Amino acid sequence: MPAIQSPESVEIHPDVELVARAKDGDVAAFERLVRQYDRQIFRVAQHITQNREDAEDITQDVFFKAYQKLEQFQGNSKFSTWLVRIAVNESLMRLRKRKTSKTVSMDEDVHTEEGSIPRDFAEWRPNPEQEFNQSELGEILRKTIQGLPPGFRTVFTLRDIENLSTEETAEALGLSVPAVKSRLLRARLQLRERLSRYFKRKESQPA
Amino acid sequence: MTCTDFLARLTDYFDGTVPSGLVAEVQKHISECKHCEVVLDSTTKTINIYRNQEMYDFTPELEERLHSAIMTRCYGAEKQTAK
Ligand SMILES: [Zn+2]
Repeated sequence: MPAIQSPESVEIHPDVELVARAKDGDVAAFERLVRQYDRQIFRVAQHITQNREDAEDITQDVFFKAYQKLEQFQGNSKFSTWLVRIAVNESLMRLRKRKTSKTVSMDEDVHTEEGSIPRDFAEWRPNPEQEFNQSELGEILRKTIQGLPPGFRTVFTLRDIENLSTEETAEALGLSVPAVKSRLLRARLQLRERLSRYFKRKESQPA
Repeated sequence: MTCTDFLARLTDYFDGTVPSGLVAEVQKHISECKHCEVVLDSTTKTINIYRNQEMYDFTPELEERLHSAIMTRCYGAEKQTAK
């Protein structure tokens, strides 16, 4: 355990202590970590696999793997990033097993120019999401993100939905920073293009 | 700056990492090019809408089910702490 921190010392992430305690066999500490990140891990798995049952299984597997490998976690990255990395690997493995998608590696789906150039230049309404009720909006967003190749969907999920930094996303996916950036751009532009038909200003609406 | 140049800088623009020598050019292009202004606005909205909308239910029941399954797998049924 660290001595009392002086105020000007570098701030230590609270997970560091929880992980250290969990490594020492403290059940409550591990339980706290599960509670802190189960929702995020479930969401990442659900986004990548697009399957609820898979996401439930994966969430369990991720924490069990994390528990087994806890000794290997060196604290060079955030604990949450480490968990997300396990979740991404488990999710992609699950997709490969199901083979519902032809392209399940992070590398296979980038050799197409599809969607990298904007075509719809119609202006969007100021708050387009407010034109729909929650369940309609959820349906539109789910349908739209489902249409992305898994590699793009994964980058968008980590960077834009889960708010990881570009570097953390690169680390979680085992990609270079430029590779993350180019996939992210394509993912954003493709989603934008597909959402445009729901969210653009109607012809009759004044600009 | 062309539209292609602008697109190539879009990710940096969101990250606030456009090289300082290029910021003015990027701003100038947005103010002069309707297409890129629309792409910037609609891409910003795309990100914000996805970020703000919880798309999948994560009910307390689901969390409890996952939680107890995880703790049982890791520590066995007998060693779970009280909720
Ligand atoms: Zn332009």
